[in-house]
Amino acid sequence: MKGILGKKVGMTQLYDDKGNVVPVTVIEAGPCYVTQIRTIEHDGYSGIQLGFDEVKAKRLTKPEAGHLGLLKATEKKKRRQFATKVPPLRRLREFRTSQVDGYALGDMVRVDVFQPGDHVDVIGKTKGRGFAGVIKRHHFGGGPATHGQSDRQRAPGSVGSTTTPGRTLKGLRMAGRMGNARVTSQNLEVVRVDVENNLLAVKGSVPGPKGAFVVVKEARKQ
Amino acid sequence: MSQQLMQHFEAPANDNVPELRPGDQVKVHIKIVEGDRERVQVFPGTVIRQRGGGNDATFTVRRIASHGIGVERTFLRKSPRLEKVEVTRHSHIRRARLFFLRGRTGKRARLAEKRR
Repeated sequence: MKGILGKKVGMTQLYDDKGNVVPVTVIEAGPCYVTQIRTIEHDGYSGIQLGFDEVKAKRLTKPEAGHLGLLKATEKKKRRQFATKVPPLRRLREFRTSQVDGYALGDMVRVDVFQPGDHVDVIGKTKGRGFAGVIKRHHFGGGPATHGQSDRQRAPGSVGSTTTPGRTLKGLRMAGRMGNARVTSQNLEVVRVDVENNLLAVKGSVPGPKGAFVVVKEARKQ
Repeated sequence: MSQQLMQHFEAPANDNVPELRPGDQVKVHIKIVEGDRERVQVFPGTVIRQRGGGNDATFTVRRIASHGIGVERTFLRKSPRLEKVEVTRHSHIRRARLFFLRGRTGKRARLAEKRR
């Protein structure tokens, strides 16, 4: 399982070797650090926890700092031992994988886990749109603009039948809170990898505003 | 900050494209791929617009094709498909976007020459 954590930088367009224009989203991905290794014997499943986004040490709570092995040992508690030291990190995420051998606490994971041509899923949180009407939220067509209509242009229309069934059916699409939800953009092609600057360019769009935290994983459906 | 990071992916400038000004008479030589053959097509006309920066910069060329039909084509400034852009003439103009040419035909669609 290949994966990395990052921040959305923004969109631009690049030229491929044939001179075609490719729309891409640039992601500042990594460097990440291995902060925990889950094993079947100990945790019932296996996986790797990565940390990302360096911050000032005082921004972390004591438990967070302790998890990263940044606190001195006390009488009650031993210090978590890392093979290599890890800076204070704000974001932690786990990746399920059966291959946990070869990883040690504190190992660095960089964008070179991906190559141009790979396909990835990018998970992020969409921009919050607040309480949105049905046209924006469900792509309704709205009402007629002419023929004596008033207050009907963006209205949802009828929400049910008459005495039978005498109620509005469950699951009917209506206005409500939109956005600010976890969304996965699937099967995006990796167009360019810049290890030196920790940048990744994937084809297409990615959920969330610029600067948003995103998780990049190997695509599930290839 | 994000702008700075983005610069790492800036495409190299296409040296075949000189500095253009709105009103310039140009001949744009562009590579066209037909099936597996590649040939160069020339699109002559007047630059009526330039927009955008970085990888997204474009310029629009307007020409009058046969039967007096106006044809506009927008080219990506940094596109590797641009083989050559010749500037044959500069014009005296007072605005950045020459959309007023669309409403004009014949002699009224001319621009005064500016020698530089």
